[in-house]
Amino acid sequence: MADVQTLALAPPQPAPTAPRLGRLSAYFGTPGNTLISVLSIAAVVFIAKLAFGWLVVDAVFSGNGETCKAASGACWPFVAQKLRYMLFGFYPYDEQWRPMLALLLLFAAFLFSMMPRFWSRGLLLGWILLVLPVLYILMAGGVFGLTPVATTSWGGLPLSFMLSFVGLTLAMPLGIVLALARASNLPAIRVLAVGFIEIVRGVPLISILFMATVMLPLFMPEGVTIDKLLRAQVAIILFASAYIAEIVRGGLQDVPAGQYEAGSSLGLHYWQVMRKIVLPQALKKVIPPMVGLFIGFFQDTTLVTIVGLVDFLDTVRSAIRDPQWQGIAVLEGYLVAAAVYFTFSALMGAYSRFLEKHFRTTHA
Amino acid sequence: MKQALLSICAAALGLTMAGQASAAGTLETVKARGKLVCGVSLATPGFAAPDDKGRMQGFDADICRSIAAAVFGDGDKVEFVPTNINTRFQALQSGEIDVLSRQTTHTFSRDASLGLDFGPTVFYDGQGLMVAKSLGVTSAKELTEAAICTLPGTTTAQNISDFFRAINGKFELVVFESPDENRAAFYSGRCEAITSDRSDLASIRAVANNPDDYVVLPETISKEPLAPAFRQNDSNWGDIVSWSVWLLMAAEEKGITQANVDEMLKSEDPDVQRMLGATEELGKMLGLDNNWGYSIIKSVGNYGEVFERNLGEGTRLGLTRGPNALWNAGGLIYSPPIR
Repeated sequence: MADVQTLALAPPQPAPTAPRLGRLSAYFGTPGNTLISVLSIAAVVFIAKLAFGWLVVDAVFSGNGETCKAASGACWPFVAQKLRYMLFGFYPYDEQWRPMLALLLLFAAFLFSMMPRFWSRGLLLGWILLVLPVLYILMAGGVFGLTPVATTSWGGLPLSFMLSFVGLTLAMPLGIVLALARASNLPAIRVLAVGFIEIVRGVPLISILFMATVMLPLFMPEGVTIDKLLRAQVAIILFASAYIAEIVRGGLQDVPAGQYEAGSSLGLHYWQVMRKIVLPQALKKVIPPMVGLFIGFFQDTTLVTIVGLVDFLDTVRSAIRDPQWQGIAVLEGYLVAAAVYFTFSALMGAYSRFLEKHFRTTHA
Repeated sequence: MKQALLSICAAALGLTMAGQASAAGTLETVKARGKLVCGVSLATPGFAAPDDKGRMQGFDADICRSIAAAVFGDGDKVEFVPTNINTRFQALQSGEIDVLSRQTTHTFSRDASLGLDFGPTVFYDGQGLMVAKSLGVTSAKELTEAAICTLPGTTTAQNISDFFRAINGKFELVVFESPDENRAAFYSGRCEAITSDRSDLASIRAVANNPDDYVVLPETISKEPLAPAFRQNDSNWGDIVSWSVWLLMAAEEKGITQANVDEMLKSEDPDVQRMLGATEELGKMLGLDNNWGYSIIKSVGNYGEVFERNLGEGTRLGLTRGPNALWNAGGLIYSPPIR
């Protein structure tokens, strides 16, 4: 008891004050550390110099394929000339303001929806009744004097974004329902959910895409076809929902049983307990793995090239093969693709950290 | 009311009800839609590749345009659907595209088992081998124990195996997933030789730092007649595809070009008059406008012009006509009489 007293009364330990140059001593404290630090700095400087030389000093800023072939640096005229194609693919050239506007609208809508203070039922309705229809009308046309553009002409960045972000947004509720079903007390529902999740997770995304694009049309009655883009989109939604379900289930298991019981004893029915007590706690806990999954999926949508949809990576690849530039600007093309994918993946990562911070509550 | 609800539901699901149309034949479907849907490859320079504005350019794309011109009198009423090797036949079978013009080799098993038919050969290709001149090899038979770069799938790997088995030669096949890696591996010396269709080898050679350092060996180890394909059991549509192609060839034979087609309308030659619809009513027999031939030439030019514009010696591919010259110039391009 006395020990406890002294412990409790002991003055707070002063934080060990770092000696002068404490930061540096971590890097240069010992001969070994010094060696590693010097080598690392040299490597970084060397690579930075190479990259700067290639990107700027030796780079070609105007000209054509021939000037690029003669130079040793990056070939920026290629990027300038091909950018619109890389971004929008086969979308009719004169109508490309439409996918551009759709992209901006999508960004704006996402930016707005990302702020927790706007989260409400109205926002959800706004997405379903306003944002998605407007996006679709912008892309497809056919009304308000917009030229109709078939989904087979959609390509590039809008296609990638639609497949991944719209896919994940729609997969999210489905995944949550699946997770709840899997944790259900009703055997029939549980078995169905487990069956769906395990089958979908047991099959690679490529084979599901193939089933959706190659096999499905053969089962349809003659003369009836479902849009190829829609088939791929549904395949991605189903696939993502199975993974989301498992992540959410992990979160659900982490919520103490007392929370369920407390909810029930207050007289709340199942959905109220879930919506007001369990899910908010469960979802908060799974933000990091969920965002990891989202980033992975954003990049996995490049697999749709296999089934003949022309996504952003595919427009970049086909731009590289243009006879005017073939074999000249390979790295530049992939660099553009990498920059775009990196930017959006990094944004998602940053948003994830923001959410974690925002929802950090102590249960002390 | 029920019908209306049903069609709204179908539209919401993205279903396209083409039931009646498919019973009526491809031509009616195409006409009702107002444009031809043509399956091409996504990025094969010279055959089908998008330009800076995303407009499909190339030999295969122009074959599509000529069919669209025959049907609509306007070669631009065509929607290009990029297909890949995995999905091209299925896209045709399911009715997603009306015609497949995608460097597809006409073979027995494809013709017999895939539920499709082939039109006339538009390009006679064949698999070849390319090596560095410094290797000092003049024939593929001298390649012993060589590493050979190629792309996966299709028949390329099989052909090269068959060729070396026949001459009891040894070789090592190095397979790359993408054309860029394949080409880079060859130029970096990973392989002594690279194999592909000769037209493709020409485009690979064209991007070398110094094309003169490389030579395509004389052997052609396979026959690759490339032809447009369409669904079988639709003779009328098949006729339209075939005769659109043949008209391109016949026009070259008669010297009708995109530039002089208007003057040629007044030609005294009865063959030319028939082709351009100045006399008789050949177009009507196919269910087309009578000026179908005029529209084709006005849109894309004749076979020779299409070839030179996309593949010929003025382009980066720099192909000579070779077997794709007219029959009366030593080639294999031969059109049945249009009368």
